[in-house]
Amino acid sequence: MRKLCAIFLLLALLAPGWSLPARAQGRRAGGTRAESAAAGDTLIRNATILTASHGTLQNADILIRNGKITAVGPNLKAPDSARVIDATGKFVTPGIVDCHSHTMLDAINEGSLSVTSMARIRDVLNPTAPNIYRELAGGVTTINALHGSANSIGGQNAVLKLRYGHPAADFVFQGAPPGIKFALGENPKRSNGFNLPGTPRRYPATRMGVEETIRDAFIRARNYKRGWDDYRAAQTRGDKTAIAPRRDIQLEPLVEVLEGKRYVHSHCYRADEIVMLLRIADEFGFKVRTFQHVLEGYKVAKEIAAHGAGASVFADSWGYKLEAYDAIPYNAAIMTRAGVVVSVNSDSDERARRLNIDAAKTMKYGGLSEEEALRTITLNAAIQLGIDKWVGSVDVGKDADLVIWTSHPFSVYARVEQTYIDGTVYFDRTQDLARRADMEREREQLEKAEANRPAGDGPPPGAPRGRRPASHHADDEDTDGGNDNR
Amino acid sequence: MSKRANYLLLIVFCLLFASVSVSAQQASSNMGPEFMDGRAGTYAIRNAHIVTVSGADIDNGTIVIRDGRIQAVGASASVPAGAQSIDGRGLTVYPGMIDLGTSLGLIEITENGATGWVDTQEVGEINPNSMAFVSLNPHSAHIGTTRVNGVTSALSAPQGGLISGQAAFINLLGSTPDAMALVPQAALVVNFPGLGGGGGGPFGFFGQQQGNITEAITARNRQIDQLRKLLRDAEAYGRAQDAAAQDKNLPRPDVDVVLASLVPYVRGTRPVIFRADRDHEIRGAVQFAEEMKLKPIILGGDDAWKIAPFLKEHNVPVVLTGVLNLPRREDDYYDVQYESAGKLQAAGVRFCISTGDTAADVRSLPYQAGMAAAFGLAKAEALKAVTLYPAQIMGLGDRLGSIEPGKIANLVVTDGDLLEARTNIRYLFINGRQVPLVSRHTELNEQFKNRK
Repeated sequence: MRKLCAIFLLLALLAPGWSLPARAQGRRAGGTRAESAAAGDTLIRNATILTASHGTLQNADILIRNGKITAVGPNLKAPDSARVIDATGKFVTPGIVDCHSHTMLDAINEGSLSVTSMARIRDVLNPTAPNIYRELAGGVTTINALHGSANSIGGQNAVLKLRYGHPAADFVFQGAPPGIKFALGENPKRSNGFNLPGTPRRYPATRMGVEETIRDAFIRARNYKRGWDDYRAAQTRGDKTAIAPRRDIQLEPLVEVLEGKRYVHSHCYRADEIVMLLRIADEFGFKVRTFQHVLEGYKVAKEIAAHGAGASVFADSWGYKLEAYDAIPYNAAIMTRAGVVVSVNSDSDERARRLNIDAAKTMKYGGLSEEEALRTITLNAAIQLGIDKWVGSVDVGKDADLVIWTSHPFSVYARVEQTYIDGTVYFDRTQDLARRADMEREREQLEKAEANRPAGDGPPPGAPRGRRPASHHADDEDTDGGNDNR
Repeated sequence: MSKRANYLLLIVFCLLFASVSVSAQQASSNMGPEFMDGRAGTYAIRNAHIVTVSGADIDNGTIVIRDGRIQAVGASASVPAGAQSIDGRGLTVYPGMIDLGTSLGLIEITENGATGWVDTQEVGEINPNSMAFVSLNPHSAHIGTTRVNGVTSALSAPQGGLISGQAAFINLLGSTPDAMALVPQAALVVNFPGLGGGGGGPFGFFGQQQGNITEAITARNRQIDQLRKLLRDAEAYGRAQDAAAQDKNLPRPDVDVVLASLVPYVRGTRPVIFRADRDHEIRGAVQFAEEMKLKPIILGGDDAWKIAPFLKEHNVPVVLTGVLNLPRREDDYYDVQYESAGKLQAAGVRFCISTGDTAADVRSLPYQAGMAAAFGLAKAEALKAVTLYPAQIMGLGDRLGSIEPGKIANLVVTDGDLLEARTNIRYLFINGRQVPLVSRHTELNEQFKNRK
């Protein structure tokens, strides 16, 4: 058994990406933003740059210093020490920001209660998940790692940069405002799920109950907040007899929502449940930052726009259940025209690798312009996550999170050549190809060693049981259109 | 003066309302009879760029469509009197795309139970007498949403069990299964027994199995034996029926619907589709098919590239459904699935590309071919992989898959490269009938896009 574990460990080490130059540079992109600025200078020369903020620049350069974009324009001068990348004939975009992901998560649903605001995504990050690398190879640099949709209030999200090869803590996007996952509709109802005979069904089982569950949580959070407000006021008055309320880690994140310090990202499908959450938000005086999936958002686009919520959608997934039957690929365009900030997300480790093509579909369905379409996977997603001052466009002063493509990123024939995070290369196709002969050799040696061959004639042992999954299937418990199984 | 202005305003308003109601009416009338059956006629698409697929492109050519067929193609094809002319300037004509890995018409909403409708899977393991043709729903919304993206034909297959049933080859137009099906009983679908699903390295199946490999092999072999015995029974049944038909003195064997449905397949007159993804499963399926003298097609084929020389040697075609699948094994290269079509083509294996999706995502077929083209498959081959090659694999290469005189007029007229996600489709013909470019999705778009 131990030998088999060792083999798996060796194979895992063989996985592409492990010998990236970024890793060879050691722990770098550390805990603070200042610390993450150690990469050498790079000049990307003579590219077609799709800035996502101010149009397309032909034959232009990008200078990267200390992990930041320090200049964008024609004929830039670089210091002698700078690495120069000739991008003639190639295209550069900002790194893709995926506003709905379950990549590198060991668990997504704390399915016991319907309000699990205390559960934190950042506690279950698996920094060795191979799909991180596969997404980097599709140009993704930042993800919004969310809980599943089993609960009305699922838990605290984590905005992550895909710093593959680093420990989990290094993935956390420093400065990103905290958020929380809500879920409406069929998934939090759990009414279609498995229920042991003789055991009570979990509340809620209807959309009525979902609304009541969220309302109840906010009533409790409001009271809890009043308790603390009163206590602090008493302290300020110098009242030494005041007793602090008992700390409640379920309600603390909801108080942050009430105070506008934590973003609500809410899974939803149907138009009625969208306006339901808007009513609750108005009643308790908070804002919904994004509606996620929001398949029928196009039916209530003006209501979403009036509230100021963003919408993060699938490009064209539909029909995978009844509440997804009215989903249309024109959703992104209709909401954009109504004034909603719209992003296109993956919710799938598979689809995340080709968000560029999903963005292109918004041009076909509803006629978004090229830049509007590009923003759905870059700047708009960054705005929705409150990180647009750092990422989401090719602008001076922003993090050097960039993707170099072989041809126009909206072409099905385009391939990612290089992906940069903070000026460091995290994916390089040329290097990936160059490593393969070595990896094949090593694999052959390992297989020849047959370290798990049983002594005698007995059958080989089974696999270790506690092994982490290679990829998380969001639709295990949470059928929200992740097509990982396709 | 102000009175006149008021009148003018009134007239302007009336005109506005009139135009709104006309366009709304157009939108709804599009979902009428022409939505289901198209509009028959004689058509001439003129001055278009024609990608014939089977031969050279024609730069400024004409295609004549008559009686459901392509009557003429060429730079100077003569146009019959009375033909409806379509200006093809700036546009490109392609043959309609074909996806062999679907369950279109059998499933509307994936979710099982009373809320959806799902007719993909019968009860039990052995269902060769289940025919997709019987359950095809021409009114499925997926038919409309799929064809307006250029996919005009599909193989619709049942799923599950050991023998899932018989697939139908359909064109995506028509009010009845009879009108849609080009070949009602096009192939037998078999889930070739494996050692358990999934990957996870050379020892991956242990992970899935959580048990003993010897037991897994025994269980698989038992299933293969079951299949072998059934097919031999079908052979014998066919011989007995034939003998009884020729010699009135022989007792006529009892009718057995299961065995009867298998006879054309065990005789090799119709193809048998084996769902198989891993290399040893594919190899096993091919060997089994040769032993039983079947006409095999591999559906799935994730690992087919690993045994490409074997597949070429045995001349077995592969319907590749996994171009966009995540790699099966943790240590696979990131692009292993993207590249596999290019590798099959380079090795000379007959193949085509399919979404492998039941219904909703079949319209993404062109992007799957495009991804294969980004990773090693020549662009022209990628186009063939979703047009001519699937037609040939189904034995329909003389009727579909390219733009040639005499072929069924399944044509897509675009404003750009058919495989690109930004390309718009401007005209659509199926069975030579012009099909309105509307669907459940355009209808809902019209209904809500201008809601103020």
